Amino acid sequence: MTAQPPPSDVEQFHPRARAALSDPQVRQNFRRAMDGLMAKRKAAFADWDLDALRDLGAAVRQRALAELPNLLEQLEQQLQANGIQVHWAVDGDHACRIVTDICRARDARRVIKGKSMVSEEMELNHYLEQHGIEALESDLGEYIVQLAEETPSHIIMPAIHKNTDEISELLHDKTGTRRSHDVEYLTASARQQLREKFMQADVGISGVNFAVASTGTLCLVENEGNGRMTTTVPPCHIAVTGIEKVVPGLDEVAVLLALLTRSATGQHITTYFNMISGPRQPDELDGPEEVHVVLVDNGRATLYQDPELRDTLRCIRCGACMNHCPVYTRVGGHTYGTTYPGPIGKILMPHLLGLASTRHLPSASSLCGACGEVCPVRIPIPDLLVRLRREAVDGDRLHPSRVAGHGSKRNPVEAVAWRSWRWLHSNGGRYRLGTALATRFRRLQPANLGAWTQYRTAPRLASRSLHQWVRQRSKQESDES
Amino acid sequence: MTEPVKVYPAKPQKVYFFGTCLVDLFFPDAGMAGIQLLEREGIEVLFPQAQTCCGQPAYTSGYHDDARAVAAAQLPLFDEPWPIVVPSGSCAGMMRQHYPALFQDTPQQALANEVAARVWELTDFLLNVCHIKLRDQGEPVTVAMHTSCSARREMGIAAVGPALLGQLDKVTLVEQVRAEECCGFGGTFAVRHPEISGAMVNEKVSSLVDTGARAFVTTDCGCLMNIDGHAEKEQQPLRGQHILSFLWQRTQGGPGGQDREDREVTP
Repeated sequence: MTAQPPPSDVEQFHPRARAALSDPQVRQNFRRAMDGLMAKRKAAFADWDLDALRDLGAAVRQRALAELPNLLEQLEQQLQANGIQVHWAVDGDHACRIVTDICRARDARRVIKGKSMVSEEMELNHYLEQHGIEALESDLGEYIVQLAEETPSHIIMPAIHKNTDEISELLHDKTGTRRSHDVEYLTASARQQLREKFMQADVGISGVNFAVASTGTLCLVENEGNGRMTTTVPPCHIAVTGIEKVVPGLDEVAVLLALLTRSATGQHITTYFNMISGPRQPDELDGPEEVHVVLVDNGRATLYQDPELRDTLRCIRCGACMNHCPVYTRVGGHTYGTTYPGPIGKILMPHLLGLASTRHLPSASSLCGACGEVCPVRIPIPDLLVRLRREAVDGDRLHPSRVAGHGSKRNPVEAVAWRSWRWLHSNGGRYRLGTALATRFRRLQPANLGAWTQYRTAPRLASRSLHQWVRQRSKQESDES
Repeated sequence: MTEPVKVYPAKPQKVYFFGTCLVDLFFPDAGMAGIQLLEREGIEVLFPQAQTCCGQPAYTSGYHDDARAVAAAQLPLFDEPWPIVVPSGSCAGMMRQHYPALFQDTPQQALANEVAARVWELTDFLLNVCHIKLRDQGEPVTVAMHTSCSARREMGIAAVGPALLGQLDKVTLVEQVRAEECCGFGGTFAVRHPEISGAMVNEKVSSLVDTGARAFVTTDCGCLMNIDGHAEKEQQPLRGQHILSFLWQRTQGGPGGQDREDREVTP
């Protein structure tokens, strides 16, 4: 698929992790930002029964997914009834073609974009550019990332890898903005630059946070107002979204919104919450003439077929899992080389790109469980990481692998090593003999244990195992009695 | 996922002791300390000699056939209905939380479910089933504690270690910053992603050293090997000990968290 980063990019996880770890600026930027986000989230939920709210969030998402085919049909009908044109895309390329065709039909040359991770997944900007259409990001973070010719390093805060100085320098280089440490000034400058672009844009493209099936409403959560401008100023609005974003009704939105903003940025509510219910009506003064929705599958329907993996689709894209991930905090978002980084990326990207190129991602976790602990919809991320590890090595004959590219990490030497481990540990007698030899000849233990001793001393074998100790002790006791 | 509400059993006459492979080979003093603490509470400790490993290393590496074969060899060792106590949050987590799924749709499913429901992490068991009362015999000392991620998140026992240490009059417990963050062990993660793991343990050691404590205790030998091993490699003034060894030594008048070579308590 051309709409995805090339596989080689994803496979560079190890070298990029090393590079990020040895960059003190990257380390500091992420550590500070993540510490701040964790504290804000904690404070935002202080007066809530968070476990109960997460139960509710999980149930809402599970129920929506259980009814997904019906809800999507209902959504399509309601959107159309509201005058919104509905398009279905099987993959990222297909979605890009649909968007481009809409633009061409309107002879559109300039597109302004609100923040949309699905459009990143589609690599829409690149596609539009290839087809002679200028796409400008209007979310400040996305704008910065676009100016820097980078990709987002976080799904909520795309430019979180940059500090104020770096942003000041970038804006100066690319737009002539005066260098400054004043965040207000830098923001206002960018805002001014973007304001003109909104007026000139032929089409506005946004994402969707929740698509409400019963009313045909598209909900968009944002803080800068760029989402509202994108969806109301240009004469045509195209919303792109994954098929999993549908919810039955507005009651469900209330629950998910309460969880989303608090989990993501520690806000009780975002500055803007847009509910888009159709194009401009004859008696209305503003709003777009045309509204389109592109519902993107891109691997989701396949993922949906597996009852365990389906839980991945509960995600409401809050980013709390990455904010709390000790690996993400240290290596940053770009190390992953994928649209979605961090824990959610590790369990989602293998389904979008296949396990062959993403096989290193599920193992890049200590399974500490911090992600699962904060997930507002209780996605069992650690369990899904283990599931994908199993798929990557085809490690379970009782449960055949199902994910595309499964078995790509299976290595004959490692398989034999585990087979030997199994032989030694599946029989108490063999194990006792083995450990008796190990403790007996413990002085022969090598001091260099490869990757382990790169950062640590080798653990020292005891002079006798607990098994031996317990046996000697009970023998001693029976001798004494 | 931890259970919403844990229902502890009544204090039993006997328990099964599942020592875990790391305790067995590297920290048998922690296992023996656990056994002696239980015995001091009047509980008879049954140690099945055929026990080996819970299967976790292969399980988290994705080799579930191998994990299941090893775990299956443990299941028949606990045929009487006594609780099974484990001196490790992660091995207890493996047995209690993951055995049911690992043995789903196999002939051992019922047995695995039954065994899983009887598994308790040992410090949790001492505090909440035995209602242990510790009498501190040691000299004043300041310690920090690292609760393993499995103990904290799978077994839900983050409060247990501090509660036990709080019973010791002359022990001052200090808390490191980001106490809830992983130390970077993660089993095979430490060798598959050595640089990331190394960065994590480095920050964990720094935060522990910054408390001013010269000793830390932990519920899990994986974390212990990782944190203590890094502190030693970096020549940091910090030594670690399994919490069970520490609790036993403190209540027997031993040194408690002082000397890494003094791991064996006298039986």
